[in-house]
This record gives sequence, structure tokens and C-alpha cells, in this order.
Amino acid sequence: MAEPRLVYADNAATTRVDPRVLEKMLPFFSVDYGNASTLYKLGQRSHAALEEARKNVAAVIGAKPGEIFFTGSGTEADNMALRGMMHSKQAKGRKHLITTTFEHPAVLQTARALEKEGFRVTYVPVDRTGTVDLQALEDAICEDTVLVSVMAANNEIGTIQPIAEIGRICRSKGVYFHTDAVQAYGHMPLNVDEMNIDMLSLSAHKICGPKGVGAIYIRSGLMLDPVITGGGQEKNRRSGTENVPGIVGLGEAARIKLEGMEQENERLRKMQRRLIDGVLSSVPECALTGHPENRLPGSCSFTFTAVEGESLVLLLDMKGICASTGSACSTGSLDPSHVLMAIGLSHETSHGSLRLSLGEFNTEEDVDYILQELPGVVARLRAMSPVWKG
Amino acid sequence: MLYSEKVMDHFANPRNVGEIPDANAIGEVGNLKCGDIMKIYMKIEDDVIKDVKFQTFGCGAAVATSSMATEMVKGKSVKDAMKLTNAAVMEALDGLPPVKVHCSVLAEEAIKSALANYYKNQGIDPTPIIGCTGECEHCHGEHDHTTDKE
Repeated sequence: MAEPRLVYADNAATTRVDPRVLEKMLPFFSVDYGNASTLYKLGQRSHAALEEARKNVAAVIGAKPGEIFFTGSGTEADNMALRGMMHSKQAKGRKHLITTTFEHPAVLQTARALEKEGFRVTYVPVDRTGTVDLQALEDAICEDTVLVSVMAANNEIGTIQPIAEIGRICRSKGVYFHTDAVQAYGHMPLNVDEMNIDMLSLSAHKICGPKGVGAIYIRSGLMLDPVITGGGQEKNRRSGTENVPGIVGLGEAARIKLEGMEQENERLRKMQRRLIDGVLSSVPECALTGHPENRLPGSCSFTFTAVEGESLVLLLDMKGICASTGSACSTGSLDPSHVLMAIGLSHETSHGSLRLSLGEFNTEEDVDYILQELPGVVARLRAMSPVWKG
Repeated sequence: MLYSEKVMDHFANPRNVGEIPDANAIGEVGNLKCGDIMKIYMKIEDDVIKDVKFQTFGCGAAVATSSMATEMVKGKSVKDAMKLTNAAVMEALDGLPPVKVHCSVLAEEAIKSALANYYKNQGIDPTPIIGCTGECEHCHGEHDHTTDKE
């Protein structure tokens, strides 16, 4: 069977590495392969490359280079922020963490692990658009609260959180604020000073950088217990020989993002609008999930009545379209995505969820192709569905 | 998670999809909350399944197991169809990922539920013949499709 065209519409899952990023990385595998901690010139070239990357990563969020620490993933950065901060304040008897019900598992599962260690965690609810309830968040802060962790934008439904407001609340109450910006970094304006962000997690592979490298911003002066101990790299905050090629890739991806974010977002928003409007008008009984306006520029997420998400994704794949779903079948359990549950969707509705996320390499033709194929795929599944009354 | 070629074939080109307007045996199992519903229609004449069709709401494995199960009972006697097991459906599909085994259980139950309906329509209590199909009143909603067979 001839393979149809490939339309990659799962940029929220990961992105294609930008050729400029790859080019910048390559010499660090076989030419400048020195350990950045060594004294000779070969190693010092690696060291210089790390510092250049640090500067570029910091610039995107208005941080100082010295406040950026490289990690192996966004998940690791989240672990450092939550575990590191909670453990460091434990001795003072402060044991309360606040987060939300629809965080990425990197935060949620870490919060649950901390609960098992004896920490108290409050999970603040979100509304139907996926926006955190600010009043509930403020009310949850108490005397022994150490940290508030709220994601900058949701990975499944794209909703952008009122980060500046949360930062202001946290600052006024004297608690630290961490934001998981893995999905948001480089895709929306973020400024750690203006938004009172104390820690921020990010990842390279969501911004056309390589997989297996992330970073955490930690406001200068903030002390955390290290999660990974060893040779003392990254100022003792994250031991392990630095992944120089990966970090160089992250730095270059960040630089490209900062340079063209505004223009790229405008382009993405146009395609996003056309895709959302097109799907809503061409497929009956379908709804947008997440906030109608306040969402990441490439993020389009829907639910379709009487259709199951995994089947939808498999049929779209046969048409060459890569997408994802939050249906239970995709999670390997009987429960659909916790994000869709958190915004108040029923199990029934959540099973029919689909996420299409556009990115740098998508074109208007991709949107045309999705709009051409999706209605037929949904109709085909509905035709065999015993619950479709259409 | 990877589906076998056979599963993908039965998902992409499902056999026996649809309804039978004059069906004399209809079975439905699963529920919307769990994300799988299978509905089986049969036309049974002289205790032989002359025609069988299905409608399924569910994942790729749910569609493929429905398709395969209907293929396996088509043309069979009611007695032979009753011997269908989820293991046989899985084997015919060259296996299923562990998290999808319940779909084959559901397919077996869907066939049995239709057969039970056939007996009921004739005023015969199917329980002693077929056993619990998961659709009877007393275990509705409590029936666990996954245990002991996964």
C-alpha cells in the first residue's frame, strides 16, 4: 500500500529537530568531544559551548545565565523543583505543597511520591476551560506552605495559565512559585522577574531541539537539596557529565525561538484558527476542549461524540496524519486522561478526544489536508458505532 | 504497544460491519464509561448462524476482535459458536497487547450474549447453557471483564 503524505500534527508530543540545531550539535560528538570539566583546550571548548547555551536559554525567560541548570529532561527538572525544594524546607517543619489537578505526570506523580514521604499536598481544581481557580489557590496557602507548582500551559488542551497572577499571589504570601513550562517555553512570552517565577522547567525537544535534554531555572540564592548527587557538575545542583551536544542543541533551539517567536506565533495562530473553525464546522457533534482563546498557538483539541480516540488516531495514521488522544485505550487503563477529567468532562466524552498540535514545520497545506481527511474518518467510525444516533 | 498485522487488517477492513434488520438474536456488551461497546446481530436458521454483523464503539483491538469473532462464528451451528473463547479470537489475530486482552473477552461475551438472546427469544433460559454473559441483571456493572483471563 502506498504511503500517503505525512502530516505531523503532534508537536505537543515532540518536535522535529531544526536542521540549524542539528548542524550546531554535530561537531560536539566527534570534534569537540572534550569533557567540559577538564582544563585543556578541548574541554574548555565544550565548557564555552555550555555557557553560550546557558545564555541563550536564559534570554528566552529574562533570567540570568547563572540561574539556568541543565538536566536530562523536563521531567527531571520538575523532580528537582518539587523534591529539591520540599526536602530543603523539611527540617524547618514546613511540609505543604500546592499544585493543580491537571499537571503533567512529571509533577503529579512527584507530588504523590512526596505525599508518601509525609508531605501534605493540595490539588487545586481547574475550571472547564482548564484555567486554575485563583481563589482556591490563594485560599490553599497556609502557614507551612513551601511551594506552589502550576504549569504555564497545559500539554493536552493548550490552556495558558494566569502565571503572572499566580506569581503575584505567591510573592505576596511569601511562598515559592514553580512553573512547569515544558509545553510553554519558547511558545509564549515568559519573564521570570515580571511574573515572579522562582523556578521554571523546560525541555529541548518541544522547541525543535533534541530529546534527552532539559533545564531548570532557579532564582539566584534559592537553595534546593540536589536530587542527583555525584561529581558536582552544574554548581552541585545536578551531577553527571554534561550532555554537551544536547545542551548545545537546546541553546540553539532557544536562540532560534527567541529570535522568531512573535512572527512564528502569528503564523501558527492563523493555522490554528482555521483548523479549529474548520473542524467545528465540518464535523457534527464535536467540541473544542480547553480555552477558546487563551491557548498555545499550535494547540487544537477536540472531542467527538460516539467515536473512540484510539481508533480515530489509528485511522488518521493510515491517512498519514500523526495525532494523539486522551482516551482510556491510549493510557492503558480504564480511565481517560486526568486532564480531561479535571476539566469536568465525562468518561464518555473523554474517550472521543483528539489533539492536533501544529508546529514550526507545518504549513497551510497540512491544515487543508487534515480538514479534508478528518470528517470522513470520524464519519467512518460513527457508521460502525452502536452509540451514534446520527 | 504494537498491534499485529492481522489486528490492523481487521481494524482497517472490518468484516461484517452493520446491522441485520430482521435479526433473531441481538447481544450488546460493554459500556460507554469504559470505552467499549459491542453489539452483535445474528440471523439464525435451523440452529445455524446464517448471518452475523456487528457495531462497535471502541479502540482498534475492540473493532478487530469484533470483526474476527463474527468471522469465526459465521456459518457455524449455535452449539459450535458457543465454544468460541477469547483465547481463540486472540490466537486468530496473532495476539493482542496485554492491556487489550479484555477486548477479546468482550468479543466472546458479545457473541454469547447474542446466543443467549436467541434462546430467550424462544422462551428458553440461557443461563444453564451459556452461563453468565455479563449482561444479566444481577451482575450488571459489576462484571469484571479482565480478571482471571489476563
